[in-house]
Amino acid sequence: MANSAPLKFHVPEPEVRPGGTPDFSNVVIPEAGSVERPPVDAEPESIRKLAFSIIRVLNRDGEAVGPWAGSLTDEELTAGLRHMMTLRAFDARMQMAQRQGKTSFYMQHLGEEAVSTAFRKALAKGDMNFPTYRQAGLLIADGYPMVDMMNQIFSNERDPLRGRQLPVMYSSREHGFFTISGNLATQFVQAVGWAMASAISKDTRIAAAWIGDGSTAESDFHSALVFASTYKAPIILNVVNNQWAISTFQGIARGGSGTFAARGIGFGIPSLRVDGNDFLAVHAVAKWAAERARSNLGPTLIEYVTYRAGAHSTSDDPSAYRPKTESDAWPLGDPILRLKNHLILRGIWSDERHKQAEAEVMDSVIAAQKEAEGHGTLHSGGKPSVRDIFEGLYEEMPPHLRRQRQQAGV
Amino acid sequence: MPRKTMIEAIRDGLDVMMERDKRVVVYGEDVGYFGGVFRCTAGLQAKYGKERCFDAPINESGIVGTAIGMAAYGLRPCVEIQFADYMYPAYDQLTQEASRLRYRSAGDFTCPLVVRMPTGGGIFGGQTHSQSPEALFTHVAGLKVVVPSNPVDAKGLLIAAIEDPDPVIILEPKRLYNGPFDGHHDRPVTSWSKHELGEVPDGHYVVPLGKALIRRPGAAVTVLAYGTMVHVALAAAEETGIDAEVIDLRTLVPLDLDTIVESVKKTGRCVVIHEATMTSGYGAELVTLVQENCFYHLEAPVARVAGWDTPYPHAQEWDYFPGPARVGRALIETMEA
Ligand SMILES: Cc1ncc(C[n+]2csc(CCOP(=O)(O)OP(=O)(O)O)c2C)c(N)n1
Ligand SMILES: [Mg+2]
Repeated sequence: MANSAPLKFHVPEPEVRPGGTPDFSNVVIPEAGSVERPPVDAEPESIRKLAFSIIRVLNRDGEAVGPWAGSLTDEELTAGLRHMMTLRAFDARMQMAQRQGKTSFYMQHLGEEAVSTAFRKALAKGDMNFPTYRQAGLLIADGYPMVDMMNQIFSNERDPLRGRQLPVMYSSREHGFFTISGNLATQFVQAVGWAMASAISKDTRIAAAWIGDGSTAESDFHSALVFASTYKAPIILNVVNNQWAISTFQGIARGGSGTFAARGIGFGIPSLRVDGNDFLAVHAVAKWAAERARSNLGPTLIEYVTYRAGAHSTSDDPSAYRPKTESDAWPLGDPILRLKNHLILRGIWSDERHKQAEAEVMDSVIAAQKEAEGHGTLHSGGKPSVRDIFEGLYEEMPPHLRRQRQQAGV
Repeated sequence: MPRKTMIEAIRDGLDVMMERDKRVVVYGEDVGYFGGVFRCTAGLQAKYGKERCFDAPINESGIVGTAIGMAAYGLRPCVEIQFADYMYPAYDQLTQEASRLRYRSAGDFTCPLVVRMPTGGGIFGGQTHSQSPEALFTHVAGLKVVVPSNPVDAKGLLIAAIEDPDPVIILEPKRLYNGPFDGHHDRPVTSWSKHELGEVPDGHYVVPLGKALIRRPGAAVTVLAYGTMVHVALAAAEETGIDAEVIDLRTLVPLDLDTIVESVKKTGRCVVIHEATMTSGYGAELVTLVQENCFYHLEAPVARVAGWDTPYPHAQEWDYFPGPARVGRALIETMEA
């Protein structure tokens, strides 16, 4: 035995804790436009470095630069800005509604609005997302009625899910939004199954799986990668790295792998990292991946580098585990501000129009909220029926449930 | 003596054991720096260092799997699953591995492991923060299963579990963390500071596994309960005026059958209650045992009150939760039968 020094137990730690000065100097940010755009059929081997860089389109001055620029029209860009603004206003109102006791719980997207709203526009009708609780932008960008989202959040008489689900756990097959589970990562692998089914059926639809940085630690994430890799499933595997999993920094899930995108490399899955606060970059990369999936080139893994600027949920207070000002120090900025600046530079937007749009968006959110509240909130007004506890568990209610429903007096 | 919440009592129990026994290590999701989403491990990392209290990746199978390895090595891991609803990825490790190391190796390897997890409803947590999966553990040979109903027991049972040579699952009713809850959700919440069972002794003490406790002596009917439902049973007895003997089982495996049988033979009637779904629930086991052991003393069929056989709904929480009204009805029916 040559080496008999005692072993050491290693536990990763974030750079800074409350009381310290936020420091993101370890996040290496390449220049916008500097990362190549390979052909969609590039050999995974030849594009390994994309898993360690960050694809960016919008530069510091708000210009769209480099090979990933140009995937969206003026109209699409202004619509995208409006979707992000809507999501932010929606979050603000629902966060407040929770504080007012109108619902039990809420989860916002603050700082991450670009990811889901831009991604949605790279998919086609019929494609299916398997989202987590932090991708409501998929619904908003697809025109799902805000009132229905709120009805779900308030668990009221018009709740499409009949009061059964925790707020924000939406479901809409029509809008390509798979029913959300509260159990992390379970759906990541189901998405691969959906994609495999599409291929088995010689369909043209593709799937998109969603997961957070922290949840990539779950075994289901790895199951998804092996099935996607083996069967070349037509799927986009999305990892939203917002730096935090409740109080746990991303280094606990990432371990020694350098990046989350790098997880795909061992499976031979083309894996890219993208600036998640750059609407144009998110869209361009998603489109590239969607084209791969639709052309029978198989799965793509995308890591969105972003930052959870808000609390994990209404049950969480991040000042207990990260510096209060960390969000301001985040080097990739605010996705709404960045797209706004770009549109101004492009000559199709102005501060004035932005202010006006902000007011319009807030008005529409408030109007939707009024309508939803008219159908009840968690503790007052119209409610789903007690019968809804028993119904819809099976297609046909078995006798034992009928007996229990009777006992419940409904 | 200053009173403690159940959270503080659990933290105190962990603290006492980490202090006494260097082999005790504590980890789980958000457990290290932050101290757990329910704060049961707050301050332990600062006191004992990152090597003995740390954050785990979000992988319940990994948390329990590594804990089994540590236990087999000779440590005393006490890990947290953030909600019982998230234990399923770890189920394989618990049921196929932790429970069997001793048996399959003929004692060559053992698994002195504790897995804590918040259980039960009452917090508008919907279907993935409200489950009561105790029967999924009691059905597994080789596991011990504990459900405390108050701070004093929570600490004493935890210490007993950590000192136990075999794997123990502790299901902590989260609705009891901050105060006793009798199912009257529309009344002001009470805190443990107003309850005598908030008076948690300092230092080391043990509430032995496998010993039930009669919370309310009575002559008319025996109520078998555990966790939150103990408080619901006490309220139902009070409100119906029925002289129920309420037994807090505290440990489901091993079960204190003697206390149960003695009581039922005395009262001749029995009501079994739990929050978990009815079908194949732990109540079925209890009813069977009562029937096997007390048949000739029974004056009425043994009744069961449980959660409906559906997922735990969000909005209809209080129509789902088997509160004092439903338990009271069962008491009356059992008395009239
Ligand atoms: C199987 C499972 N384990 C634990 C949890 C509790 N939980 C809910 S969200 C969360 C953190 C997830 O972090 P991340 O994946 O990074 O997503 P983010 O919230 O940052 O979007 C945890 C631990 C859960 N819901 N499911
Ligand atoms: Mg995260």
